[in-house]
Amino acid sequence: MTMTMQDDISRMTALDVSGLGYSYGARRALDGVSFALRPGRFTALLGPNGAGKSTLFALLTRLFVSGEGKITVAGHDLARSPRAALSRIGVVFQQPTLDLDMSVAANMRYFAALHGISGRDADRRAAEALARLGMQERAAEKVRNLNGGHRRRMEIARALIHAPQVLLLDEPTVGLDFKSRQAIVAHVHDLAQSGLTVFWATHLVDEIRDGDDVVVLHRGKVLAHEPAETLRGDRPLSDVFIAMTAEEGAA
Amino acid sequence: MRLWLTALLAIVRREALRFVHQRSRFLAALVRPLVWLVVFAAGFRAALGLSIIPPYQTYITYEVYILPGLCGMIQLFNGMQSSLSLVYDQEMGSMRLLLTSPLPRWWLLLSKLLAGVAVSILQVYVFLAVAAGFGITVAPLGYVALLPALVISGLMLGSLGLLISSTIRQLENFAGVMNFVIFPMFFLSTALYPLWKMAESSTVLRDICAFNPFTHAVELLRFALYQSLNGWSLLWVCLSFALFFGLALLGYDPAHGMTRRRKGG
Repeated sequence: MTMTMQDDISRMTALDVSGLGYSYGARRALDGVSFALRPGRFTALLGPNGAGKSTLFALLTRLFVSGEGKITVAGHDLARSPRAALSRIGVVFQQPTLDLDMSVAANMRYFAALHGISGRDADRRAAEALARLGMQERAAEKVRNLNGGHRRRMEIARALIHAPQVLLLDEPTVGLDFKSRQAIVAHVHDLAQSGLTVFWATHLVDEIRDGDDVVVLHRGKVLAHEPAETLRGDRPLSDVFIAMTAEEGAA
Repeated sequence: MRLWLTALLAIVRREALRFVHQRSRFLAALVRPLVWLVVFAAGFRAALGLSIIPPYQTYITYEVYILPGLCGMIQLFNGMQSSLSLVYDQEMGSMRLLLTSPLPRWWLLLSKLLAGVAVSILQVYVFLAVAAGFGITVAPLGYVALLPALVISGLMLGSLGLLISSTIRQLENFAGVMNFVIFPMFFLSTALYPLWKMAESSTVLRDICAFNPFTHAVELLRFALYQSLNGWSLLWVCLSFALFFGLALLGYDPAHGMTRRRKGG
């Protein structure tokens, strides 16, 4: 009963951030950041390098803790019930986090175990998650033998193994060639289409499609949060993005 | 609870697999104490007369004296090695993966610690088997009594490594750990010479040795090998473990520790 109520709440707000601030000493990295992600949507966190994207991700995954503001994941306050909140997040970090000498399946199983999933259940979930990313036939391969694009897809599959409600990806296409990049962008858009809430940090506007939501972050502040087509009007998104971040820079 | 055990087992398995993959590391861990036992002890025994001190009841050869110290040395190196791999994990990002698990952080770090202890115990017993091949043995029950002592001393030395890993941010700094942690801890302990021998040269050095938690880890192992318990050393080792682990948890706490000082993009 409470479970379904909880689920109802989580369907309304997959990820809710309000008044979030963070400083490195005197440098203000995030200031009054507030937004709520619409569930089942692909939301891009668009910002130039140094905008505070990685800091925001560190706070969302509780690698950092801030005294300012509040983060709620699927109805769970990250500060008050971190474990409930974290179990509903899947994360793909900018930096790869793989055991190169273990197989894809072993990497998946290790991660599943960190979420308390083991045995046949873990194998089934791993197989399903790999299939969603078109990686099922790679399960037995050593990660070292995979190319960059496939490694990334494995990491995305791994982030889905505990069936999270929100998938966070911090510039997941960094260092990949154009084709791999396109494939991953397409795969993750498919995931959003199937009901997952996706939050994708990037500084590359070509990864954003009409129909996506966009949060523009610049110098630690949210400049805009609206659907891509509304944001760009009849101009290319790149022009709008450059104009927005340049104005701020000149001011 | 099953959830917690699942994570623990996975972390131990990962650590064990990594260890098996690194054969050279295993060999180094084995050869180092053997060199001490076979070469150093042979040369040193003539220079050092040992009187009968507890837990020994007869005159012993120097090889027999340093056996527990070398077990401690294996664990000391292993603790530092896991600390090194933790720093590596931080640089490689797999630490992040661990820390975003929904299980409590202290449990994850304790699991990491236990994984290291398991590996160190394996090394110690292989070393003891080789030492037995050289004719340096203790009573069979001594090997059994050693096990719990190894768990406790391993936890203490591992948590020291954990603490160090929470303060070091780069692999390059690790040479400093060798110079400023491993060597002083090993040489200023009862691993190679008993306290009274140390006192003959300097009482200050003796006092430092008596304060050194590694001394007490070694004494705990030494007494256990002879099926007796050194209560004072046990207490000292447990207190050190609590202190090191507590500080390490603080170091890995997102609100206080090293992660906070890291710069983001």
